[in-house]
Order: sequence, then structure tokens, then C-alpha cells
Amino acid sequence: MSPTRRAFIKTTAATAAALAVHPDLRLDPLAQTLAAPGADPLVVSLANDTLEVARSAGASYADVRIGRYRRQAIATRERQVTSVTDGESYGLGVRTLVDGCWGFAATSTMSRTGTRTAALEAVAIAKSAKAVQRRRVELAPVKPVLGTWITPVRKDPIEVPLEERIALLLATNEAALKVKGVQFVNSSVQILREVKTLVTSEGTSVTQTLIRVGPAFSATAVGGGDFQTFEEELAPRGEGWDYVESLNMPGNAERWASIAAEKLTAKSVEPGTYDLILEPTNLWLTIHESIGHPTELDRVLGEEANYAGTSFVAPPEKMIGMLRYGPPIMNIQADRTQEGSLSRIAWDDEGVPADRWLLVEKGIFKDYQTTREQAARIQKLTGVVRSHGCSFAESWNAVQFQRMPNVSLLPGEQDFSVNDIIAATDRGILIRNRGSWSIDHQRYNFQFSGQAFYEVRGGKVVGMLRDVAYQSNTPVFWNSMDMIGGPSSYWMGGAFNDGKGEPAQSNSVSHGAVPARFRNVTILNTKRNA
Amino acid sequence: MSAQAALSPRDASTTLLRREQARALTNRVLAMSAADQTRVTVISSWSGNTRFADASITTSGSATDTSVTVTATIGRRRASATTNVLDDPSLRRTVELAAQLARLAPEDPELMGELGPQSYATVSAFVESTADLDPESRAAAVRSAVDAAATAGKLAAAVFTAGFLEANARVVAVATSKGLFAYHGTTDANFSMTARTRDNTGSGWASAGARDWAAVDPSAIGRIAAQKAVASRNPEAIAPGLYTAVLEPQAVNDLVPLLAGAFNARTADEGRSPFSKPGGGTRIGEKVVDERVTLYSDPADPALLGQPFDADGLPVGRTVWIDKGILKNLAYSRFWAEKQAKQPTGNATLAGGLALTGGTKSTEELIAGCERGILVTHFFYIRSLEPRTVLVTGLTRDGAFLIEKGKITKALKNFRWNESPLLMLNRLEDIGRPERTAAGRLMPALRISRFDFSSSSEAV
Repeated sequence: MSPTRRAFIKTTAATAAALAVHPDLRLDPLAQTLAAPGADPLVVSLANDTLEVARSAGASYADVRIGRYRRQAIATRERQVTSVTDGESYGLGVRTLVDGCWGFAATSTMSRTGTRTAALEAVAIAKSAKAVQRRRVELAPVKPVLGTWITPVRKDPIEVPLEERIALLLATNEAALKVKGVQFVNSSVQILREVKTLVTSEGTSVTQTLIRVGPAFSATAVGGGDFQTFEEELAPRGEGWDYVESLNMPGNAERWASIAAEKLTAKSVEPGTYDLILEPTNLWLTIHESIGHPTELDRVLGEEANYAGTSFVAPPEKMIGMLRYGPPIMNIQADRTQEGSLSRIAWDDEGVPADRWLLVEKGIFKDYQTTREQAARIQKLTGVVRSHGCSFAESWNAVQFQRMPNVSLLPGEQDFSVNDIIAATDRGILIRNRGSWSIDHQRYNFQFSGQAFYEVRGGKVVGMLRDVAYQSNTPVFWNSMDMIGGPSSYWMGGAFNDGKGEPAQSNSVSHGAVPARFRNVTILNTKRNA
Repeated sequence: MSAQAALSPRDASTTLLRREQARALTNRVLAMSAADQTRVTVISSWSGNTRFADASITTSGSATDTSVTVTATIGRRRASATTNVLDDPSLRRTVELAAQLARLAPEDPELMGELGPQSYATVSAFVESTADLDPESRAAAVRSAVDAAATAGKLAAAVFTAGFLEANARVVAVATSKGLFAYHGTTDANFSMTARTRDNTGSGWASAGARDWAAVDPSAIGRIAAQKAVASRNPEAIAPGLYTAVLEPQAVNDLVPLLAGAFNARTADEGRSPFSKPGGGTRIGEKVVDERVTLYSDPADPALLGQPFDADGLPVGRTVWIDKGILKNLAYSRFWAEKQAKQPTGNATLAGGLALTGGTKSTEELIAGCERGILVTHFFYIRSLEPRTVLVTGLTRDGAFLIEKGKITKALKNFRWNESPLLMLNRLEDIGRPERTAAGRLMPALRISRFDFSSSSEAV
């Protein structure tokens, strides 16, 4: 049991009292987290009615998702609140398969007439798709399932009094403004509560309540005709307000802001080749871009070719079990069950149970991310019959498709810390937090920056640098990794909004990482004279 | 089911709110509010889309929605709440939630009161045929693009095609408790397509967008994408470095609109922008780019057809950002305009589109005038590196070609580049005629000297 968990249990009574305000949510006495609300019988009835209309109109398969999304955002700068917004969106999306073609229609008119019209439209759209069809959709099998689930949280963030949340942000800004030279401070938090019911024509009926929080902080220091910003990496999580409190933003903000001021006088980097030590707060995004995206099977099959791009991890028959992605110390795990992670679910948007599997094992590429229609296409190569459960739609009004699960670099066997890696490095640069990032459409050439950069000489950090970006090629980069941190150095970052698809949809995904060293990486200086 | 016969298919004309319906809805919501000031924004939308890959439609769908956002002001406190559940209890709950959030929010020293009645330019940006683009018509358009690509791709044995067609229709209404009512309808259609040769060494792309679907030619897009794919096969690597670049209009469309964020007057006054004057103030009146460049936003311009008001109902007119190289205007919010004694522009680049004018030549003429350089189809994954200079990084995509003595001589591997649209416009060799690159955008081809192609990319 973690110390925070022990501390929590002592205060359970107080927490339970605070939660009593919301009638649908109650504390599960065993798990110490909120219990999953049951499905709304009216919602299930409307979904089943819509499903029946789609079936009667000719769909060989259909699924209906009814979602109620509550999004809140609070943004502040310095001593003021710049915006408080609350959004509610409720509606239904119905997906149909007719003669091997998909059709989808969505409506916010939640009457039987409205949803039946959508069902008929989805069938009509599927029929019209026959005009351009080379390949029929085949779905991997899934067992029908009935159930409810909620993200394990102790405090539903929507139910925490707004005054309390605003006070936390303004106290954060106040602490940051104590730092000399710091003139601008932004802090914010975004919150999502998603209640989603899925019914399928194969008998699945599940309702999930998913909760996510995304805090953010940045400070800008101005001086000497220059300005420098520092953004702290406050990972968004599939957790409750208790997680935001655990970050102690007011207690840490002064230290974070002082890094912005420190950057004003940092030495501009000398471009060249260095050994690179990446903290997990930076490396998570590199994992996301250079491993997460290229192992999405829809990219590999060309379905994203017109937008996000394709992948160098193609074709599957020449990659699975053959591609050396990195060194034997590299194990990359996909996981939709991981505690606190953004893409954690019980069932995906096709009713497939959450899965955990290795994408890269001991440096060798092993498997892709899949949905039901994709799993069937590589089953002979992987021997995996089931979908890995990567189907997701951002809202009721969007069709579900393959989205990234949490993808993480697993810790090394030896419990090295970042300090152990620094001590073992003669000439290098240490990078904290994510900065600018960009990668090509097949995920080879990338260029990433960070928020804070430190020069390492003779096993020690000797000073701060600025204007740093690292540029490399994915296989070269990962194969240059020669030292990684152990279990104690593992940290999970993530993206609240990751875009893909046409029309573009946003997905939330976490990435765990340990600090790691990469040899002989190209470092650029990003400063230009106006 | 017997109910089916009574149900008719939806399209935009039956689902979008007409002016009087929108007014009735905003009035209904305003009547529920007891806040000092209230603003109601209604967005009613329809979209229909068709996505395809490997000559098969992969997803096709449509969605309709109407949302109501209530912005309540109590004293100097303000907050907003949105719902798309339009029955009275839900609307009342949303009105009360906005007021409750406003009461909880701290006082905003920069708060501006809601606006009273305004007059707006009439902008006819709603095209019925775009709003009625049904799934059969979308599938037929995809069929013609895929077929055109197959014909043009025969030179490379065959091409793989993937693309996306989307039609959108929406109306926006803004009303305030002080009597303002604004209503605007708009449509847009976009079709883009990527063609890849089966040997995976060539990739091409083309795209078009307009308010009027009739202005988009799917078969031309299919043909151009496939021709580019064929021409870009077996690319050669040349050493990264500074080269003259001929940017096609779509490539310019990827870069120049990034300047919109830099046109913010407040960040300029606060010393945080490329348009900040050293020592204080802004660079308005100074020459900031080549004198052949004019950049403006104008919702009433027939080639742009934007929205004649911004989010709080402020009328948006023509704003010339750069006139013959001179910085003429920056974007002033109502608060910052009052503080600086300027006229507010509102969110002019968002509402009013963006046009870069000043040239008359075709892309081919810009190529013909190039001694040695690189032709770029478009860019990908652009991210900021240095806001002070608008320095960004990104990659070329779907066709980079070497130009020698005015002619395209070979296909090149893609590049990563580091460049600034602002600094780049100071290294202008030549400028083409403005072309519509998307709904609300007019961009020319440009020839730029010493464009920084910084590293090579293996990506095709």
C-alpha cells in the first residue's frame, strides 16, 4: 500500500461526507473509490429501440452508443480567472454494417423519432458505400457482456466546489509571481466526465463512467529584452480531484516559476552531437510519437494515409517478430487496464474487454494496436484472434475507430535512477518536460524540444542550457538507447487531446516511462535573430 | 417497423435553425436569466462525411446537433455553460449553472459589458447544394476521384488512394440581454486525397475546399494526386541546407496563417511578440515583410465569405494586417482597444478569413523563373520553436522536387525544415496569384530564397 493510500484511508470519513452531495455517486466501501452508477433504463431502452430499427432496415451488425459528456474548464492568469466554462453534450450514434460496408449517423434529438431516423440514415449511408468497396469488413469475435464500470476516483472533480478549485489555481499563480522577473503565469484545469452506454446487436450492453482531469501550469519570465517560458509537466490522468490535490501546485509553483527566470540567463546550446538523457517527463511524448503512432494498425494499412500518415512499421508480414525496434533492454507495453491512466476502460467502444500486451519485447517488434475489424486482418501473423480493444470515439457524434491505448516503456531490471545515469555520462544533455514536437508522416524523422535543459560533464550537471532541440530517426534513436532507469524511476505522463482521423477526433492517452540515455544524438540550436 | 415510413432522411435544410427559430430560442433562454447581463449563443450544425482508403469507403457518416451556450455576467463576474439538451428544464438548469459559476468566479478587472444592437454586413456564405450533399453524391464523388487517380496512376502500375470528403453547414446566432441579435449561416465542403504508388516510393496529394461544393472538382483532385505520386517515385536525397523554395499555394496555406496568432496587439504591447517594438509599443507603421506582400481579413470579400461578427457579436469588417509590406493593424480585443484607445477588430482572422495578395503569376511561372530550388507540395506537422520570430519546424510531404534551370528535374526525399513565415516573407523572390486553398483562404505560390531545409526524412 502506498503512503498516499494509507493517508487516504485515515480521512475516508471526511471524504465520504464531501461526496454525499451527489445522489448518483457513492463511495464503494471496499475499494475506497466511487461505485459505478447503474445504467439508466430509459437510455438502454432508447438504445435497444434504435438497434432494432437498424436491424430491421437491413444491418447485419449494429451498435448504438449513447453518451452524456460533461466538460469543465477553468483557466486563470496571474490574479484573475480568465474563463470558467461548463459544457454538456448528450446524444446518440448508431453504426451499422450492411453487406460489409459501414454507415454511421448521430443525433442529439433524443426522441424515438429522432433516434429511429438516425438508425435508418446509418443503414442508408452503409448501402450507399457499396459504390466504392473493394474489401468487405469482417469482425473478430467478441463475447457479449453486460456490466457497469467507473474510473476509480475518490473525488469526482465536477462535484468539488468550484471555489475550491479556483482557489487552488490562484494560490498557484500567487506563489509563482513571487519569483523575480516572472510577469505572466497561467494555470488551468480541464475536466471530463463521460457516461457512455453501448449496446450491440450481438448482445453486449455496458455503461461506463469515465473521469479525467488535466491540470496545467506555465510561467513566463521577462528580462533583458527576452522572455522565457517554463511549463511544468502536470500529467493529465484518468483520476479524480484527489490527484490534482496530490500535485501540490501551490507548494511547487515558486520552484517551477524560478526555472523560467533561470532560463533567461542560461547558455545557448552549442549545436552538435551529444549523449542525451531524457527524463520520463520528456520521453513519454517521444514514445507516443515514435512508437505509439507507428504501431497503430490503421496507419500501417493506409487508412490514415491522407491525414496523420502511414507508418514505417509496415508491411506487417515483414515486421512482426522481425523488426529490431531497439536494444534488448527495450520492452514496450500497451495497456488499457493501467491504474490512473487516461485510456483505462473496462470495455472499448465495441464492447471488447480492456487488454494488456507487448508491442515490443526485448527490442523486437511483436504486435500492433487493433480493433475488431483490424484484428481479423493480421490474425494469421500474430496468432491473436481477439481485438486488442482499441476502438474509441471521442463523442456520441463521432464514429469509433482505432485509437492508441496507453503505451509505455517498461523499467529496466536494475533499479537505476536518473542520477545514476547522469553519473555514468561523460558529455551529455539532460532534458526535462516536453517542448515543441514534430515528426514525419511515416514516423521516421523527428525533432523534439523540452522545457529545461542541463549540460552534463564528467558525470555531473554543470549548468543550464537553452534553445535546445534533438533531431533523430526513430529506429536509429531507439537502437542508441543504452541505459534505462529501474522501477523506482517510472513515471506516467500523457496527452489529454491527441488528434487523429477525418473528421479529426481527440483521444486521451497515457505513457509511462523511465529515464533513459541515448548515444550520439544530433542537437540543434533553435534560436533565430528577428 | 411501421414507424419507418413516417421518417424522412435528414439534411441541413430540415435540421438547421432558421433565423426566426434561432431568435425564438435565444429569446426563450434570455427570458429565463436573472443575471445582470446575459449572452446566448446558438450553434446549429449538420455535417456529412465520407472517408476512403484502398478504393473502399472505410467510414461514412452524418451528425446533427444544436447547442446553446449561456454566458452570464453578475457585476464584474462572468462564466458560461453549454448544453445541447433543449427542453425547458435543461435550458433553465444551464442558465442557472452559468449564473452560479459566474457568482463563484472572481471579479474580472478586464470584463467588458455585453453589446447592444449592432448592424452587420450581409454575407451570403450558405450554399444550399453544399448543405444537401447526400451520401450517394459523396460516394459518387469519391468514385470519380478514385477512378481518375487509377487512370493517372497507370504509369506506376497502380496507385493506392485514401481521402476524405466532408460537407458542413451551420448557423450561428448570438443574442444579448441588451438587445443584440446576430445570425449567420455558412457552408463549406472539402475534398482531399492522397495517392501512393504500390512500390511505396511515391506519394502525391491534392485538396480543394470552398463554401460551394460545385467549385470542387473531385476527379481533378484524384488526377493531380496520382500524377504527383507517379512523379515523386524513387526520390533522391540531396544534402540538407539553404535552398530556394517554390511553395505551392497549399504549402503557403500551411505556413502564412500561422502569423494570425502573432497579430495579437496585447502580446505585442506586452513585449512578447515579433511585432513588439524594442523598448515598448508595437511595430505598426514599420516595414515587416517584402513590399509586394499584402495580407488581409474580410468576411464580406466574395472570395473569403467569412462571418461578419465574432463570438460576442462585435461586427467584424475588413482588417488589413500588412499593406505592401507595412504592418498596418494588429488584432485588438474590446478590452485592449479601450485601454490603448484603438478601434476593436474582434477576432478578425478567425471570422474574416485570410488572404495574401500581391502577385499575378502562376506556380509554373514561379518554377520557370527558378535557377535551382525545391518545389514543395505541402507541409506536415508544423510546431512552434520560437514564438518571438514565429520560427516553426515541420516536414515536406507528398512531393518535393528539384528545380534546375526553370524545370523540374527529379523527385527528392522529404525534408525537415526550420523556417519562419515572417522572416521568409522578407526573402521573397517572387509571388504568384492568390488561389482559393480552402473555404475562407486565398493564398499564392511563393518563391523564397534560402529556405532552411535542415535534415532529410526517409518518409514517403
